[in-house]
Amino acid sequence: MASPHPYIPATEADRARMLERIGVDDLDALFADLPAAFRDPAIDLPPALTEPELIALLADRAAENAAPSRPNFLGAGAYRRSVPSIVSHLVSRSEFATAYTPYQPEISQGTLQSGFEFQSVVCELTGMDVANVGLYDVASATAEACLMASRTTKRQAAALLELIHPGTAGVVNTYARGAGLRVDVVASPDELSDEHACLVVQQPDFLGTIVDLEPLANAAHDVGALLVAVADPFALGILKAPGDAGADIVTGEGRDLAGAPAFGGPSLGLFAAGLPYLRQIPGRIVGRTKELHAPDDGEPRTGYVLTLQAREQFIRRERATSNVSTAQALIALGFTIAVQALGPQGLRQSAELCYQRAHDAARRISALPAYDVPERGPWFQEFLVRGPMSAPELSAALSEREITGGLDVSNRLEPEARDALLFCVTEATPDAHIEALIEALAEIGDEV
Amino acid sequence: MEYEAPDDLLYTSDHEWLRRDADSQDEVTIGITEFAQEQLGDVVYLELPAEGTELTAGAPFGEIESAKTVAELFAPVSGELIGVNGELEDRPELVNESPFDEGWIVRVRVSDAAELDNLLDADAYRALIPED
Repeated sequence: MASPHPYIPATEADRARMLERIGVDDLDALFADLPAAFRDPAIDLPPALTEPELIALLADRAAENAAPSRPNFLGAGAYRRSVPSIVSHLVSRSEFATAYTPYQPEISQGTLQSGFEFQSVVCELTGMDVANVGLYDVASATAEACLMASRTTKRQAAALLELIHPGTAGVVNTYARGAGLRVDVVASPDELSDEHACLVVQQPDFLGTIVDLEPLANAAHDVGALLVAVADPFALGILKAPGDAGADIVTGEGRDLAGAPAFGGPSLGLFAAGLPYLRQIPGRIVGRTKELHAPDDGEPRTGYVLTLQAREQFIRRERATSNVSTAQALIALGFTIAVQALGPQGLRQSAELCYQRAHDAARRISALPAYDVPERGPWFQEFLVRGPMSAPELSAALSEREITGGLDVSNRLEPEARDALLFCVTEATPDAHIEALIEALAEIGDEV
Repeated sequence: MEYEAPDDLLYTSDHEWLRRDADSQDEVTIGITEFAQEQLGDVVYLELPAEGTELTAGAPFGEIESAKTVAELFAPVSGELIGVNGELEDRPELVNESPFDEGWIVRVRVSDAAELDNLLDADAYRALIPED
């Protein structure tokens, strides 16, 4: 008998018995339906390496990446934040880091309590009445908001205000296709009609500009549509809560406050809404309750439960509000700890610092002879920079000087964005990086 | 257990009841039976359409949610919705406590009285209630 394969447990003898049992002559007969050309394609692989050789190869490849310490001015949806160090200490405790929601969630009162506190934090930041325990990311949360608006208004179209993150718009389109929802990208609220379930607005917008939500909310409500605000929760430290500006649903990305993004994730979608929409909210909701009967020796105890579950797919099947039953519990915990550690004052100060540092950097860049920082209105932490050369050329010139410049937005329609890079400076951008950037830009300007 | 099913009502096999108004030929009140509320458990919420909505016999027109599950409400007859039991908004438990009286759900102006002949009388309905 041939020696067994290291990973495939079935032996030749096993195979022969199985083939005989189902009445097939040999293995090829099982795959007869596949075109012969695809049955055993040659795979061109180099000879296998030993473990030390493989490690050396991968180390070489990894060394080709930019150093993590390299100055970096990318934002556009993922931001460098000053995260209080208590976050990583608590989140990496094994009680949290290795826990998985048991199928009887109420057995894990600590997990549910942290979910309840997360919801409370999200409600306070967004100015909304109810929040769920979190969704995958801002993009899927916003797509869910469009579906929810469609259910609520019984309308089959969603309007996205132009300056929304392209990634968010892409995911909304993907969700919409399956749900039979039309997605219109509108340049102004004047394009809204009574066919629209909602107007989706990003705050600050994709190019960093702060949006006045109130007139947009009014315009949406005038045609019977809901206003969905896609808000940066950190910027809400100094901006008016979307709920106070008339938003009906607020989504956002919570990842950056929970820790550094790693390969773009893991993310954390925030989702909150006004009380009238409570039963249409997707995802899980934690409620706080009290024992009906106090133990003999004291007061009724507080407990946490997953509540309003009749919205969910395991009960309502195809009529459920959403097929989401996953939450980003660990990231949500990090977000909650960060916001609570900062507190309302701390979050405000941190956001103010971010605003000021970004504006200082922008002022210094615009003072350089060959540079222009076109403004589109009040902005928070991201700004456009036009240099003495095209955006891709400027990006390459910075890269030669070991600096990752802003995102190339030169192909966007907005006149201010033409030939521009979108730079981001936050409260956590080191001073030395800003100095290096200014110096590099000046040098590049002198050489032209 | 023996479930109540008053003799003066009409019923559907979906465990809903219908009461013809004494003073109006075509106006009816609709609710769910004692058996239905017992099966659902504690009712916590009803999702109902606005007055003026046209209902179609046999089609779902709303939902009734209990602590454990959710079920569709089916229109026993076609017609216009002329009233919704607003008390249920704050006290959905009335459906459990008084299914045939205070826990009524909607009122409908029947568009085709002939449809009433398709409904069950109390004896026929009682025969449908499973014994456990």
